[in-house]
Amino acid sequence: MSTETFAEARRQIEICNACRYCEGYCSVFPAINRQRAFSDGDITHLANLCHNCRGCYYACQYTEPHEFDLNVPKILAEVRQDSWQDHTVPAGLARAFQRSGVAIAAATVAGLALLIWAIKAIGSSGGDGFYAVLSHNAMVAIFAPAFLLPLLLIAIGVRRYWRTIGGGPVRLTDLASAFASAAAMRDLTGGHGDGCNFEDEDRFSNARRWHHQAVMYGFLLCFASTCVATVMHYAFGIPAPYGLMSLPKLFGVSGGILLSLGTIGLAVLKLRSDRHLSDARVWGGEMGFIVLLFLVSTSGLALYAFGGSPWLPELLALHLGAVLAFFLLTPFSKMVHGFYRLAALTKDARIRADAGETVPPPTPLTGQPLKSWLRG
Amino acid sequence: MGDQLDVLVVGGGNAALCAAITAREAGASVLLLEGAPKPYRGGNSRHTRNFRCMHRGPLSVLTDTYDEDEYFEDLLKVTAGKTDETLARLAIRTSEECLPWMERHGVRFQPSLSGTLSLARTNAFFLGGGKSLVNAYYRTAANLGVDVRYEAQVTHVQMDGDRVTGVDFTQDGTTHRIVPKAVVLASGGFQADTDWLARAWGPPARNFLIRGTPYNRGVVLRDMLDQGATSVGDPTQCHAVAIDGRAPKFDGGIVTRLDCVPFSVVVNRNAERFYDEGEDVWPKRYAIWGRLVAGQPDQVAYAIIDSKSLELFMPSVFPPVTADSIEALAGKLGLPAGALRATIDRFNAACTDGDFHPTELDGLSTVGLDPPKTNWARPISDPPFYGYSLRTGVTFTYLGLQVSETAQVQCDSGPVRNLWAAGEIMAGSILGQGYLAGFGMTIGTVFGRIAGREAAAHVH
Repeated sequence: MSTETFAEARRQIEICNACRYCEGYCSVFPAINRQRAFSDGDITHLANLCHNCRGCYYACQYTEPHEFDLNVPKILAEVRQDSWQDHTVPAGLARAFQRSGVAIAAATVAGLALLIWAIKAIGSSGGDGFYAVLSHNAMVAIFAPAFLLPLLLIAIGVRRYWRTIGGGPVRLTDLASAFASAAAMRDLTGGHGDGCNFEDEDRFSNARRWHHQAVMYGFLLCFASTCVATVMHYAFGIPAPYGLMSLPKLFGVSGGILLSLGTIGLAVLKLRSDRHLSDARVWGGEMGFIVLLFLVSTSGLALYAFGGSPWLPELLALHLGAVLAFFLLTPFSKMVHGFYRLAALTKDARIRADAGETVPPPTPLTGQPLKSWLRG
Repeated sequence: MGDQLDVLVVGGGNAALCAAITAREAGASVLLLEGAPKPYRGGNSRHTRNFRCMHRGPLSVLTDTYDEDEYFEDLLKVTAGKTDETLARLAIRTSEECLPWMERHGVRFQPSLSGTLSLARTNAFFLGGGKSLVNAYYRTAANLGVDVRYEAQVTHVQMDGDRVTGVDFTQDGTTHRIVPKAVVLASGGFQADTDWLARAWGPPARNFLIRGTPYNRGVVLRDMLDQGATSVGDPTQCHAVAIDGRAPKFDGGIVTRLDCVPFSVVVNRNAERFYDEGEDVWPKRYAIWGRLVAGQPDQVAYAIIDSKSLELFMPSVFPPVTADSIEALAGKLGLPAGALRATIDRFNAACTDGDFHPTELDGLSTVGLDPPKTNWARPISDPPFYGYSLRTGVTFTYLGLQVSETAQVQCDSGPVRNLWAAGEIMAGSILGQGYLAGFGMTIGTVFGRIAGREAAAHVH
């Protein structure tokens, strides 16, 4: 992490702290306003609270060409990126994959190649559906470490981050508050419910919020599908394939559709948005990650739709290869933001609670017009 | 003449936008000429933050009640009676219906900002501040079909008897003549024209800082006054406050304010005190300090505090000058060290024991000191010591155009039949002196809407 980045972030935040006009947009500005001096840890925490909604940029009197030249979304995006890269082990891998879409594509191809090799070399040891292509044991042998090892690396990184920001003891109520905030994407509501200024300059829109939630809930449904299937397999002795009306399929198909639509939406929004209000160094890596998620979800759906066709082995290799790359890249890709974001929201919840401030409830999407209507 | 423009709006701030939106919604074709480039659009409105609003009962983010009489009383207090009661009451009464109108046209409010609790009942704060309001109005105007041009500076309003017959503006280096059916002038005051300020104030005005837009040079106001438009207000009157002396010449905005005066000793260039720093709470006194500093040599002053007081006020955008002794601080500020030492010693000796309450008038006064410090007088004794320079920051000027209750511009011979004015260019009709926080936006919104409505009615 460069000292210049911190110095520039500090300069900008101190101007914000003397202005305070943006207090209503998100959690970042109230957090700034509680303090008068900002350590590197404080700035790292603020950066991870920031959801890059850009409301503060378009509302700012001090953006270029003003001599103060504020661009808070950009500088906080850079600090945030640096914080993920610096706290992750090994940092070199994080730097490579966070920045480069090509590296993500290469990892995906490698995952695909591994799966093709596995299918050819190991193949089936009996079973139906997918297991007729690759044995269950082989899948577990590949995916259990590919899932658990990245989680361990993330845990190490987030723990280091928690020390950097002086997180302190974790309380259950603060965790609950953080999850509630993420569940509603409260910090992307703009405070008024009109959303953020992402894809069309100063026009407020909830498009990014909705698409992000489609991706998040879609991913969680897919994850739930896998978990339920694991329980069914081991606890109840019901191996795949499962019927359409089974829990794994219901979760998986609905999650896959949400994930596919959400990633398409996020990619389109990202193409429309102004790169100068984000960390331009990682544009390729972020886009690569979205494409990878899209590949994971659509290949999964294709597997469901065409699982009975002769293309099953190819489709299975594609899907499992993409999933493998996705899992392995978790600590080194945009995926890691969720863990840091939850940590930042947890710390924010603790500070608010200790200061006796209530966490504002998620704003209804109709915002003020609804409220004034209710008032008659 | 089927293609003749209905309503031309001159200016691009809050009042201009309210006029343009209202006229367009009434069915008129509207062209808005903003003199500034797009990033600086919105005049001083982009620096504002709230709207003072009458309300009978809770309204949007406003709690309780703020009725017409209380609002008018507040105005009388700050203007010392120098106001036009009819226009003032019109602005106050109409403000209540403006707030829902503003919400319908994209403005979003938030409860009062931290550090501004004294305004929670009376002022509705714009979520994101004045620039977000300006952005919302430009979006709304564009959606309605208002034609907006930037860097289009109006240079002349052609008058023929009691009518405007044409308007000249320059854009891309060429001058254009446009012949609208009706015109709304909402192009602000003249505070960014330093020469004009210096003519009104004298040479000291060249040392004033302009808190807002550099584009309010009063070109249209001058042109109208030269053609016999009835003026109102005193050219020396303006909203001027004491701000951080290191602020940029133009456009420093809100962050250059300095709230440390009540906890400080303020001296001039000669290290002499000149006024009671603790006369009242800062929100009620910051405006008079603009004039006080303007009256000092070189129009500069220095607020000195010690470590006891550093965190009692809102953080400033520029860090204070810091030193471990009064003499060293004097050296860094360019003040005579012996004189500053003597002033501080005299002040410290005049301080008495008592309870200090930073958030209320605590009556902790000096004894036997002239001028006294009548509240929050604590010795400047605990190093490190901190110093801030203070300069006069002009927000806007009050000299303007006289308007009627329908915002119509007046000449000595009577009203101009197709000309209306709104915002700072006519605010002097209501603000003879002094200032009430958030009232500029009230005047702009109320009279902008009236002007737009009247101009549209005139063409139909």
